[in-house]
Amino acid sequence: MHKIETKNVNFFYGENHALHDISLAMKANTITALIGPSGCGKSTYLRLLNRMNDLIDGTRLEGEILIDGENIYDKNTNAYDLRKNVGMVFQKPNPFPKSIFENVAYGLKVNGITDKAVIEERVHTSIQQVALWDEVKDKLKKSAFELSGGQQQRLCIARALAVQPSVLLMDEPTSALDPISTSKIEELLFELKNKYTIVIVTHNMQQAARASDNTAFFYMGRLIEMDKTKTIFTKPNQKQTEDYITGRFG
Amino acid sequence: MLSSAATSIIVVLIVFFLFMEGAGVFTKKPIEDGFLLAVSPSNPVKKLEPSQIKDIFDQKITNWKEVGGKDEPIVLFRTSDISTYYTDEELGENFEFFPAKINELISKQPGIIAFFSDKYKAENFSGRELEINKIKVFEFLSGEEWFPTAQPIAQMGVKPLIYGTLWVSLGAILIALPIGLAAAIFLSEIARKKVRNLVKPLIELLAGIPSVVYGFFGLVVIVPLIQSTFNLPVGETGLAGSVVLAIMALPTIITLSEDAMRNTPRAMKEASLALGASQWQTIYKVVIPHSASGITAGAILGIGRAIGETMAVLMVTGNAAVIPHTLLEPVRTIPATIAAELGEAPNGGLHYEALFALGCILFIITFGINLLVELVSSKQKHKKH
Ligand SMILES: Nc1ncnc2c1ncn2[C@@H]1O[C@H](COP(=O)(O)OP(=O)(O)OP(=O)(O)O)[C@@H](O)[C@H]1O
Ligand SMILES: [Mg+2]
Repeated sequence: MHKIETKNVNFFYGENHALHDISLAMKANTITALIGPSGCGKSTYLRLLNRMNDLIDGTRLEGEILIDGENIYDKNTNAYDLRKNVGMVFQKPNPFPKSIFENVAYGLKVNGITDKAVIEERVHTSIQQVALWDEVKDKLKKSAFELSGGQQQRLCIARALAVQPSVLLMDEPTSALDPISTSKIEELLFELKNKYTIVIVTHNMQQAARASDNTAFFYMGRLIEMDKTKTIFTKPNQKQTEDYITGRFG
Repeated sequence: MLSSAATSIIVVLIVFFLFMEGAGVFTKKPIEDGFLLAVSPSNPVKKLEPSQIKDIFDQKITNWKEVGGKDEPIVLFRTSDISTYYTDEELGENFEFFPAKINELISKQPGIIAFFSDKYKAENFSGRELEINKIKVFEFLSGEEWFPTAQPIAQMGVKPLIYGTLWVSLGAILIALPIGLAAAIFLSEIARKKVRNLVKPLIELLAGIPSVVYGFFGLVVIVPLIQSTFNLPVGETGLAGSVVLAIMALPTIITLSEDAMRNTPRAMKEASLALGASQWQTIYKVVIPHSASGITAGAILGIGRAIGETMAVLMVTGNAAVIPHTLLEPVRTIPATIAAELGEAPNGGLHYEALFALGCILFIITFGINLLVELVSSKQKHKKH
């Protein structure tokens, strides 16, 4: 069974038909890269997977999105529970104006975990998972804003991991970071793949080629093709994909 | 820079002037200009406190030994009492013999205390004019009676007015803050764009309505409502003042809080929601902390308006200068007192200066509250980072 399945999805921002008939599927414990020119609908698609677009007035969805075989837009699905299972990391690091510890503990606390020992244990594990522990272990009480951009982004990943999701969505998580921080996060992706299903939006072709198992190419709200990353970058089926990858447009 | 310095200087000058005038109440004799209090020359009592004089004329003190004199019952004498001692003929057609008769009376009656106008003081006055201590700051603040035109001695206790002001303002804030916050949360986080675009200008419009109009509204709607709800003899109560003030403070509180809430970065709210937090948790844990300083600013301005507000309160609180025990009694606030009495207080007189002293107290209260709020909010900011 596929971890994430999208069936004939159309999505509208009011009159704006942003996604056209998208169908694709992702296996568990894989990294899927979403690529395509600006405005083609990558973020829109990604945000459908944790129902983040629900927050925007006047949007409409047609079709089905299944995670673990369940339609996440079903009336009986609770969006809050869904978001615990489907974590998200944003383009710009967005820690809360709280301490490093409190940032990671936030998701646990809002999910009703009150046992201090459990919170502490999960915070420590999550920070270790993103290889940030050595850098912050002495200043967990300090404000998260005292960290560098790259450290902040890893903290945001740790924050998402702390609630123990099975899917991790990342929208250009390295676009605001320097090359060294970027490569640290890419290494991290390899580690995390064992436990999570990862969907990552990127404008960086090398990143998509290096880090992902599969790549989906979006163009003007349509899914042009999706295949093994190697195939997409060496002999894509569609002319448009080839043009985009070789830098002829976009 | 220059203009702000000029503003500061002007503010300091105004405050200085206010305190100069207000201080007069403590340097003047607390007896109406042109009147005097006299006792028999044989009476050993030379000086009395204003409060003692009041008690004497209220007949709470009836013997001179209670104020350090001889064992001698006190005989009160006001100008109008003259007819009990002398006939009209004896006083003369134009009261021309009045001074002589008072003179006579004072020397005849060892226990007398006489209050009368200067113009009836005889050339060869044989009584002794009583010295009166000045009003002390402590008496002014702790006195429980405000009756500045009382005779023979003005009652300048501002405690009921301070209480009235604080009760009404506190009540107003307790009503306005929760409602204002709820409305701000609704507008910024819950309402759809259409609703917000419709409601927000309306609320801003409310801030521009003159306070007299709110006063009328209070008088016609809120006062009768309070009267019937609580089954009171009169509806003009502190609560009516609080409700009217709360209504007046709401637009400020809502507008400022809502602006601050809407300034919460979207990234911050999305981060919270993406972790599985509910909308309420996000409001409570992200939006409100982020907009805390805007909310405090709204509250400060709201309180500021509430405490300094005059007209609307004057119209609905009943204006009884009595220390209130609950908000369901008529109360009188400092601003209402100043507004109502300044016109009839003789310029430069004791009453006039007492009203300036009230102004000083109002200034100190407002200043103190602002300072407090400023301290609290700066501490909060400190904690956050
Ligand atoms: N909140 C929104 N309201 C209305 N339209 C939106 C909104 N967000 C995106 N859109 C529209 O949806 C389309 C797809 O946008 P989307 O953000 O998904 O593109 P993207 O592929 O992520 O682009 P980028 O690479 O620049 O991030 C665009 O036409 C955009 O204008
Ligand atoms: Mg995007």
